[in-house]
Amino acid sequence: MMTSAKTLEEVLKADEEAVLQEWLDAQTATRGMRSELLSRQELRDQSSRFLRSVREAVSTGGVDTSAPAYAPIREQLEELSLARARQGYTPTETAMFVFSLKQSLFSRLRERYKGDPQGLADGTWEVTLLLDRLGLFTMENYQKAREQVIARQHEEMLELSTPVITLWRGILALPLIGTLDSARTQVVMENLLQRIVDTGAPIAIIDITGVPTVDTLTAQHLLKTVAAARLMGADCIISGIRPQIAQTIVHLGVELGDVVTKASLADAFAVALKRSGLVVQKARDGQGAQKIAAVEPEEK
Amino acid sequence: MERIPILKMGRYLLVTIQIDMHDRLAMTLQDDLTDRIVAHRAKAVLIDISALEMVDSFIGRMIANIAAMSSVLDAETVVVGMRPAVAITLVELGLPLEGVRTALNVEHGMALLKAKLRADADHTDADPAR
Repeated sequence: MMTSAKTLEEVLKADEEAVLQEWLDAQTATRGMRSELLSRQELRDQSSRFLRSVREAVSTGGVDTSAPAYAPIREQLEELSLARARQGYTPTETAMFVFSLKQSLFSRLRERYKGDPQGLADGTWEVTLLLDRLGLFTMENYQKAREQVIARQHEEMLELSTPVITLWRGILALPLIGTLDSARTQVVMENLLQRIVDTGAPIAIIDITGVPTVDTLTAQHLLKTVAAARLMGADCIISGIRPQIAQTIVHLGVELGDVVTKASLADAFAVALKRSGLVVQKARDGQGAQKIAAVEPEEK
Repeated sequence: MERIPILKMGRYLLVTIQIDMHDRLAMTLQDDLTDRIVAHRAKAVLIDISALEMVDSFIGRMIANIAAMSSVLDAETVVVGMRPAVAITLVELGLPLEGVRTALNVEHGMALLKAKLRADADHTDADPAR
């Protein structure tokens, strides 16, 4: 086994420059249109560094990619796949960085083992084994980096998607947009309750116009939020129930109990104003322009 | 032995829970409060739990029980200042305290009790003993 690794080492030692050049050509041929993301010089630096590390690793660690000698290679591949995942390379383009090295190594082996099929087969097998392992390692890291990106976006979405708005003094509104899952409901609930404490608002309107579907779980989450707010002494009104959702709620047999529901945010706001003892009336300013103002009646 | 103070203010009784409730304390409060409601012929009870940071199912049920007992003794009860974390815990525990009246803070709670007492006074003639 070590003999083939030796051959690989010798091949690399003898014609590193030529191998590098062939490899670079192969890489640019497969991912020709990516020159806007990575200059030729950068690619050359990455490639020669990789080749150098492979030569050093092969001489001490054979083809076992988990050996300590492969630490610098693993590190470089991690870096590379992370960078490429962020830049939007496709998985193929990322993996081809390693796999495209095969061709030039195989042609070197062919020259070296002219008339020795056994040696050629062994050498080919070892090179394939090594490069496949490294390629898979690259893919794994690429995947990991992509998952990190998704996780981060998910978190950001959670934070962005739960604004609590003050509609009037003592009236809060929470416009929900997107699907409600358990994690999001938790954030929504905590946000709303904290804002109720901060503002001392006794009425909160939860608007679900932007919620695409309501299933039993979503409804239960909503009811929990309403119950928690009630425990703290605030009333919740659910608004923005679309006809389709109203049908679903009834078909599913969701019991909304004594929760006040309204079709639109405007209706809910009207109820909230009424409960706070506020009236909305037209103001006359003589210009024919009509303004709407909420007027607080005299203290009783 | 530690006790939760119960303050009398006219027809109101004020209970402010300033320390973490444990089971024994809750039992004592239940005894004390019912005694005081009867002794003072209190018509309204305000329980402030804004300092309460943790609840378990027992304390949750005690709060519900105390409120129910007070209403049996014809005293309007309001629980005020529940923290978000406590509210979430109670809901997750499946204890939504259906019969308990709640308010955001002492001010809102007092306003609620006053309104309730006024409404009661309108229905029945004023208590001759007062």
